[in-house]
Amino acid sequence: MDSSLRQPNPALRRRAHLSAAQLRSLRIAGWALLGLLAVLPVLWVLFIAPTTGKFATTFGSAVHDPKDFLITVVNGVTAAGLYFVVASGFTLIFGLMRVVNMAHGAFFLFGGYVALRLQRNMVGQGSVFGLTSSQVSLTNWIVPALAGTAVIAGMGLVMQQLFLRWNQGQDLRQALITIAISIILADQMLAHFGGVAEDIAWPGSFDRFVNLHVAGIQYTLTRLIILAIAVGIGLLLWVWLKRTRTGMVIRAGVDDRAMVSALGVNIQLTFAIAFIVGSALAGLGGVIGGSFAGLAPGVDANWLLYSLVVVIIGGMGSLGGAAIGALLLGLTSNFSAAYLPAAYTYYSIIFTFVLVAVVLAVRPLGLFGRPA
Amino acid sequence: MRVAVTPDRIVGAVALVFAAIAPAILSAYWVGALLTQVMFLGIVAASLIFLSAYGGMVSLAQVAIYGIAGFVLGNATTTGNTKGMNLGWNPWLGVVVGIAIAVAIGLLFGALASRSVGIYFLMITLTYSVIANLFFGQVTSVSGFGGISGIPTPGIIGSPDAHPNRLYYISFVAALLIYAALRYIVRTPFGLTLQGLRDDPVRMASLGYNVVLHRTIAFGFSSLIAAIGGVLFVWWNAHIDPASIDLTATIDVLVIAVIGGLYRLEGAWLGALFFVIINNYSQRIGFIGPRFHTLIGAIFLVIVLVSPGGLIGLWERAVNLFSGRRRDPLDRTPIELGQAEPSV
Repeated sequence: MDSSLRQPNPALRRRAHLSAAQLRSLRIAGWALLGLLAVLPVLWVLFIAPTTGKFATTFGSAVHDPKDFLITVVNGVTAAGLYFVVASGFTLIFGLMRVVNMAHGAFFLFGGYVALRLQRNMVGQGSVFGLTSSQVSLTNWIVPALAGTAVIAGMGLVMQQLFLRWNQGQDLRQALITIAISIILADQMLAHFGGVAEDIAWPGSFDRFVNLHVAGIQYTLTRLIILAIAVGIGLLLWVWLKRTRTGMVIRAGVDDRAMVSALGVNIQLTFAIAFIVGSALAGLGGVIGGSFAGLAPGVDANWLLYSLVVVIIGGMGSLGGAAIGALLLGLTSNFSAAYLPAAYTYYSIIFTFVLVAVVLAVRPLGLFGRPA
Repeated sequence: MRVAVTPDRIVGAVALVFAAIAPAILSAYWVGALLTQVMFLGIVAASLIFLSAYGGMVSLAQVAIYGIAGFVLGNATTTGNTKGMNLGWNPWLGVVVGIAIAVAIGLLFGALASRSVGIYFLMITLTYSVIANLFFGQVTSVSGFGGISGIPTPGIIGSPDAHPNRLYYISFVAALLIYAALRYIVRTPFGLTLQGLRDDPVRMASLGYNVVLHRTIAFGFSSLIAAIGGVLFVWWNAHIDPASIDLTATIDVLVIAVIGGLYRLEGAWLGALFFVIINNYSQRIGFIGPRFHTLIGAIFLVIVLVSPGGLIGLWERAVNLFSGRRRDPLDRTPIELGQAEPSV
């Protein structure tokens, strides 16, 4: 399908009076422009970014201030960890069932709220401003986290069995169904949990700084823990998909559902399992995200955006693609926020769009996407 | 030439007459607050239905485009806002520049998304929409969280509070012209090509049609319509802020289009009427109260599950039942069809 695009369109060529050679040079110019778009920001961060003048940045270039550069790199990678946890659930469901779960953001938020309420009840001494981490033990974080994950896993299963199962193959209808559910969920969450931003408290033992022994950086342990959880989940998913029978069936189902079903595999059971795992990842992401960045109405939209961006960049349905996509999104958002001239840092959201645009311009199916 | 009298045309004519004389028979609140809103929400929904019914592209970026036109208009014509550019231009110049910029951005969006169809297109356009919302929330030099207030209307329209009928008639005429233009466009060679691309992009590409270019132009055209809706919204509201184009607003327009019927242009205004009335009166029902979105979400869910053709689909089924015709089982709505994989 791609080849027809890459061929110069004869009709267009005639109309524009371009020779094949001219078209080729146009194409080269386009690639050069894209290359420049990719290389310029790197040069800016490494060598150019000034600390004074009209375009003064907070830290200056990497050569000038390697410590803050390294901190930004680690910030980007740890943020990518959380993006990956949330987006891997999204891409798992999409890859196997072609279901775009538009309620993924609402699942994220609801998982966070479940954990938040449970934690407040367990600790039982929260002020109006919520809990501080010194009041929270490790159990008081892990039990709510597991509960939030489990509730969302069940919710995903119910949604899939009640509404999606009998609409298989009708992609758009399924997407609209999940949108309807996300509308209802978001409104009910606003009614029950209110409009004020709240966060889940980290356990006291997590909430401190550790010495990274690189350039004397003192770094927040919670971010490292997020990264560790993400890597752990990535490894578990990888082993599950590559080394177990269920994973094998899922991978086969991604390629050809009808054939897998015809071979006597209970594909409905596989679908249900994938939906449980995918939703559970949204719920777990919500617990971690709620501890890391807080929960509020509207947060669901942001996390739906992150999931979409990660899978659009990485290629839908690809786990490795989700990891690369999360990394690109995490680094882009952190570097654009830290290295834009200080007077313009609020433009950093544009770079998320530029990232999506550049990837779509080069690879419409994402970096690791395959036509299904 | 004799015009056949069909149930559709009778209802359409009655609706038109009713809309034309509405200010004479309804209260100023109904005209100024409700029906004007129906007109511009219908216009935005129509831009979405045009893309989905004739181009096979269900776009969630229409509200972002509508917001871009509105924000540019607000920045260009106001003075004295704490945030924003406060350019203080003539309102008409603001309209022209707002629509032009919205269409230009629409063409860029369209060019990037046009190589995908179906749910891929839905996902890509949703990212545009959320990014536009975050952009206007963060960039204080054009809006910031509080948005732009006190956006003036041109002198001929005056204040919508003092003269609700003027803005109503402007919106009504705009809706009529847009409806007529869309009905015309889909019959032109361009419109027919678009429908060919919807049905079989591979065949159209092998016949020498430039698939991406046609889709991009269709997206640009729908952006023009959405931008006009945005201008009317800003005139009506005199204020625009990032919450006007957030995910909820984006989905509201999708809900309007689906409830009306994603495959017929008339559905846009029918869905908007339904939406606005429910929004306005559901608060009086005790157990619903402020939970409008739970109600509309539930209605949306039922419509998608039971009647994917929306209210228009129900109407067509009723007419067919009455005239003894059966619905062709192969004649399925765009929502029911399994969408093609991205192809070109």
